[in-house]
Amino acid sequence: MKAIRWSIPLAIFVILLAFLWVGLGRDPREVPSPLIGKPAPAFALTELHQPSRTLSNSDLKGKVWLLNVWASWCVSCREEHPLLMQLAASKAVLIYGLDYKDDPNAGRTWLTQNGNPYTASIVDRDGRVGIDYGVYGVPETFVVDKEGVIRYKQIGPLSLTSLQQKIGSAVRFSCC
Amino acid sequence: MLLIPVAFAAGATKMDARASDAALDARLKKLETELRCLVCQNQTLADSNADLAEDLRREVRSLAVQGKTDTEIKAYLVARYGDFVLYNPPLKGTTWLLWGAPFGLLVGGGALWWIVLRRRAARELPVSADDADAQARARAILDGAEPPAAS
Repeated sequence: MKAIRWSIPLAIFVILLAFLWVGLGRDPREVPSPLIGKPAPAFALTELHQPSRTLSNSDLKGKVWLLNVWASWCVSCREEHPLLMQLAASKAVLIYGLDYKDDPNAGRTWLTQNGNPYTASIVDRDGRVGIDYGVYGVPETFVVDKEGVIRYKQIGPLSLTSLQQKIGSAVRFSCC
Repeated sequence: MLLIPVAFAAGATKMDARASDAALDARLKKLETELRCLVCQNQTLADSNADLAEDLRREVRSLAVQGKTDTEIKAYLVARYGDFVLYNPPLKGTTWLLWGAPFGLLVGGGALWWIVLRRRAARELPVSADDADAQARARAILDGAEPPAAS
């Protein structure tokens, strides 16, 4: 009887503690994307460096590619940029850029100054493709597999850890 | 003569358009208060000045103008941003605890309260002769007729 008296409040406290532990450990900025495991939304946008050319997602079928959402006005993009440059140099995966809500001239200048890791960047001037991809915090990075299915989404700048573990495993999973 | 009905008709459609605009505005305003801005997460789409909120308001309006219902517009946003855009999370497998917990706590708390009350009632013993004596003494002390025993 005595044991029940103190064990019930203790159990409630432990459950509460567990909820708080998990809840407070999470980043509220990271909203899980409903697009994972779904086909990448269709787009057909002009290329940043060759405005006469249009790139669509169907052009990339059969390839594993990253879609990195960036902009010249985006401060955190500078943080992940050296990593993207390294990744591009390693030729591990194709990297496409989505120049999100940006002035194409400013975008081109930014890439000239900071280096261009992208196979191609496409221009999403009004952010409509961004909405289709559920973009809300630039930079964001999507991993798309050979079937054109989104395998992973990184919200916020890439880090060496997230690149090696999350992106790396998603790419390996997609390609083999 | 012919011009008058034409002018009247034109005026009428303009008035209709204005009235339906006001109705649309009211409908969108209500819808936007039920949607979350992803950038400043504790603001609704209606309240937020974030760039994305502006874009999403534009998108919601264009969908509404295309004749989409509120449910379809919400589904459009949920497909892109997840249930998080809804201020009222839907009742489903992953949210039953969220919706059920308040009722569970109410029932559990009520049950506990009932048990405690019953136990307390069971503990109250009938007044015995000793108790009657003690009560008489206590009353006498309170009335000042008898000094309290030094302990």
